[in-house]
Amino acid sequence: MPKIKLPSKSPHIDMTPLVDLFSLLLTFFMLTATMKTSEPAPIDTPSSVSEKPSPDANIMTVVLAKDNRVFFNVDNGKDTILHFRSKILEEMGKRYNIVFTPAELRQFEQYGTSMGVAMNDMKAFLAAKDPKVKSALEKGIPIDSVDNQMAYWVLYTRQINPAVQALIKGDADVEYPVVKKVLDILQDKNVSRFSLVTNLRKVEVTSDKK
Amino acid sequence: MAEIIQEEKQKGGKRRPKKGSTHIDMTPMVDLMCLLITFFMLTTAFSKPKVMEIVLPDKIKKDQKVDPPKIADSRTLNIILGPDDIVYWYPGKPDASKPLQKTDFSANGIRQVLLDRNLALFKKIEKFQKDVIAGKINIQPDSVRTAIKALKNDDDTGPIVLIKFYKKAKYKNLVDVIDEMSIVGIARYILTDIYPVEEVMVETALASAPKTVTPPIAKK
Repeated sequence: MPKIKLPSKSPHIDMTPLVDLFSLLLTFFMLTATMKTSEPAPIDTPSSVSEKPSPDANIMTVVLAKDNRVFFNVDNGKDTILHFRSKILEEMGKRYNIVFTPAELRQFEQYGTSMGVAMNDMKAFLAAKDPKVKSALEKGIPIDSVDNQMAYWVLYTRQINPAVQALIKGDADVEYPVVKKVLDILQDKNVSRFSLVTNLRKVEVTSDKK
Repeated sequence: MAEIIQEEKQKGGKRRPKKGSTHIDMTPMVDLMCLLITFFMLTTAFSKPKVMEIVLPDKIKKDQKVDPPKIADSRTLNIILGPDDIVYWYPGKPDASKPLQKTDFSANGIRQVLLDRNLALFKKIEKFQKDVIAGKINIQPDSVRTAIKALKNDDDTGPIVLIKFYKKAKYKNLVDVIDEMSIVGIARYILTDIYPVEEVMVETALASAPKTVTPPIAKK
């Protein structure tokens, strides 16, 4: 029997197609990437059939967490040069007799996630480096009639950025009285058109079903 | 690994052109790409959150005197959202002697109640949408929504839905009920405060609920 000589194969695998595919995927993901915004509390939004996408800029969001804490977030507008966030904080500081240093204002401007801190804890909140300390200070923004800080946040935000749109992002299990209070605040400050953030679901209904 | 080509020193001084291998070692590149792809996949928010727009009427100031709008009793439908996703409803004026009707958010629940009352408008909208899809009506895609809005505005047969909330209702119920309004195509609905009478009615309905023998699981 003749001996079959196996061709000595090189251990190299041609990786070119793999690299091709990977670069394609990488480009796709890089271009479509919109970063997930992290929230200080997990929010499980309810679903609706609405297909309207949420706006990108000029939004203020009232976040209602499951434990009935209320958070507030506002963006810097279309351009970071507008410094909306620091202007709003400055106005809030004037209202509550707190003077913020330029460094604090800058820090607030760059703090992208929603925050639920009362104004007298704001300085400590901005100074804190440890996220544990930060989250301990987030007891929710006061919304009761004695100390209605949310109303002022909404008011000054609308003064500084008149094009702002209001969004409410609530957890499905938030109790109605809290929702009612927030709606009242918005209505009180003449924000009568706003949007509720929801997930998409599909529902088919026809009239000849029955 | 990269193929290292060992250059042999030519003795004769005559240099032959280097025979370079075409293989480049791509393993580190692939490693890096894998890592980046994983990172982007995990941080990407694929589906943008959707929003549902609602418009509330302007608040009436205390010193302002505005007559409450006159609504025909026959057209009003009151929905009270109770605890545990229960939906109570009754037509017309509040009447403590009549028990509240109890239903839920399933497809045969409140949606059917609303659909029965809004059938005329719903059929109109449905026919319009079918015609648009079939190409019978030539209309810009942008103006479909406006046209449906006009249909809703012209409607004078559908119900006027008053949505009220018992204090133990959840935010989810609010979203769900507004959602039902848009599914069924209700033209006129409003969120209002619950009357004390209605609160009592809900409480009596809740108190009498355990006495009924039908278990809620058997219903489904």
